Amino acid sequence: MGKPKTIIEKVWEQHVVHREEGKPDLLYIDQHLVHEVTSPQAFEGLRLANRKVRRPDLTYATMDHNVPTKNRDVIKDEISRKQMETLRKNCEDFGIKLADMFHPDQGIVHVIGPQLGLTQPGKTIVCGDSHTSTHGAFGALAFGIGTSEVEHVLATQTIWQDRPKTLNVKVEGDLGPGVTAKDLILAIIAKYGVRFGTGYVMEYTGEAIRKLTMEERMTICNMSIEAGARAGLISPDQTTVEFLRGREYVPKDEAFDRVSEEWLALATDEGAVYDHTVTINAAEVEPQVTWGTNPGMGVPVSGATPFVAESDNPDEVERALEYMGLEENQPITSIEIDHVFIGSCTNSRLSDLKKAAAIVEGKQVKDTIKAIVVPGSFSVKLEAEKAGIDKVFKEAGFEWRDSGCSMCLGMNDDVVPAGGRCASTSNRNFEGRQGNGARTHLVSPEMAAAAAIEGRFVDVRHFAGVAQ
Amino acid sequence: MEAIEQHEGLVYALNRANIDTDQIIPKQFLKRIERTGFGQFLFYNWRFHDDGSLREDFSMNDPKYDGASILLAGDNFGCGSSREHAPWALEDYGFKVIIAPSFADIFYNNALKNGIILVKLDEEQIKEWQNRSEDGQLSLSVDLQNQTITDDSGKVVEFDIPSYHKEKLINGWDDIALTLLMEEKIFEFENS
Repeated sequence: MGKPKTIIEKVWEQHVVHREEGKPDLLYIDQHLVHEVTSPQAFEGLRLANRKVRRPDLTYATMDHNVPTKNRDVIKDEISRKQMETLRKNCEDFGIKLADMFHPDQGIVHVIGPQLGLTQPGKTIVCGDSHTSTHGAFGALAFGIGTSEVEHVLATQTIWQDRPKTLNVKVEGDLGPGVTAKDLILAIIAKYGVRFGTGYVMEYTGEAIRKLTMEERMTICNMSIEAGARAGLISPDQTTVEFLRGREYVPKDEAFDRVSEEWLALATDEGAVYDHTVTINAAEVEPQVTWGTNPGMGVPVSGATPFVAESDNPDEVERALEYMGLEENQPITSIEIDHVFIGSCTNSRLSDLKKAAAIVEGKQVKDTIKAIVVPGSFSVKLEAEKAGIDKVFKEAGFEWRDSGCSMCLGMNDDVVPAGGRCASTSNRNFEGRQGNGARTHLVSPEMAAAAAIEGRFVDVRHFAGVAQ
Repeated sequence: MEAIEQHEGLVYALNRANIDTDQIIPKQFLKRIERTGFGQFLFYNWRFHDDGSLREDFSMNDPKYDGASILLAGDNFGCGSSREHAPWALEDYGFKVIIAPSFADIFYNNALKNGIILVKLDEEQIKEWQNRSEDGQLSLSVDLQNQTITDDSGKVVEFDIPSYHKEKLINGWDDIALTLLMEEKIFEFENS
């Protein structure tokens, strides 16, 4: 037996095409996901240099960032329309498979990758989007890249990367009833800050992580970038294998059994050493709500906004409170909202929608609130409709939309107006993220659903419908 | 990418930590399919009112900083989204050098691809220059080859940068052309 290794080292080593002292490694990329916003300049670069896409078969494109979530037949925004038409033309010219706005496989790129089985353990996956870390839930090494890197991967199927340090985020114990994966990752970022993962790839380990479903693991890995880490992953186990069995792009029958053995062997070895380890007790995590303008500015729902003078960075806290229109030491449950967004690559999968629906069933969204549900993919939408979830939301007063990134970043018409306040299941509460002057509070789908009913934040654990 | 070895320019300091790429270039400007012309949208929501008029309370709008090409910033500059539109906007606006205590990983790579020199320095030094830049007169001279920054009082500060990154900036290399020289190794990998 050789030296015990982490999954991060194993996957990395399997993909090194070229290594030279004092330089980053040249890594092979197994799966490249492409969307309309960060790719046009990359394709244009290829054309100007008369280059081809090296492996169209390892490249898959969809439209998600600025697609409308209603009335898709008429796109009023000319610039958005042009961007989507550009992607269509680029995919035609370079021979890339595209799930366009009307395709049954369309959806948020980080929802459809796993759904189709394109995402698999041990793969290197890149996309021109920072939430590519989501795919790490399967034990893939997945990270976001810029447009120049998109062009580089299109042309060479490789990327230059500095070898990362490894960070073990160990979560011991069990999450309490009504406390979700979203609360866990928000609590981790609140505790350690938005840059503790910079320069690292994170691996989430421990009892609490093992018990999570794949969809919950995706929520966790999705937000690794909010802690500064380009990638975050979880060693594959039987839960991973069962999720992937039978999916479109996954091998079938005996070939599947063989490949699952290989996947399971990727898991971090007993005794492997990380560059750094932090340990969290899951039992201490409460439902979380962010109060500020970065994902690290969060507290338990039972808490309050900080005192400016008592914080480590008073200027930053003061500016954030001012932007958010909040007082210092203001109880979270006193914050009234006027918008609710259930969706995004963090929390728009079927189980997210089911859990939120269970909260709102038979109740009414407060009449001052505009609430929308945006399923993560066309397929999630259909499945939810088959289960009658759309009706539950609609009867409660939610709008039920088509899939896309939507109000997470407000590139389409789904924006929160200036001064508006949104309980959002997305991943970023930056200034202006959901609309110029909009105020975002990040929460779990269950917390967003309860806030929609009450008109303010409440502890969802005291609500009927929460899985006990 | 244009080669860059030395740069001398006026300093503008934005004393904030965790400046995210949503602030550097808000999402409404990501719909363009061109690579150029993003400078006008840099820090848009901080620089402009909703009606497009300049916000006088934002220091960058002060004419004394016109032509600034060296940006001083707080910790974790460029966190958030992977949008390369952020370095495109900074570069197009005229910033050739950014000095901060730390940068977000994806932003760091993106800026490098666009010939922007990123310098990590300790907060104290940045603070000193930040204070001195308030009159809009501070200029710095950055020498990438020697890894030094000289201020107008003659003070010389050394900085670290990975040699590989330095070499790329100085030569203005096109990454893709370099990688394609290794095409045989990529073939080998694919067939192994």
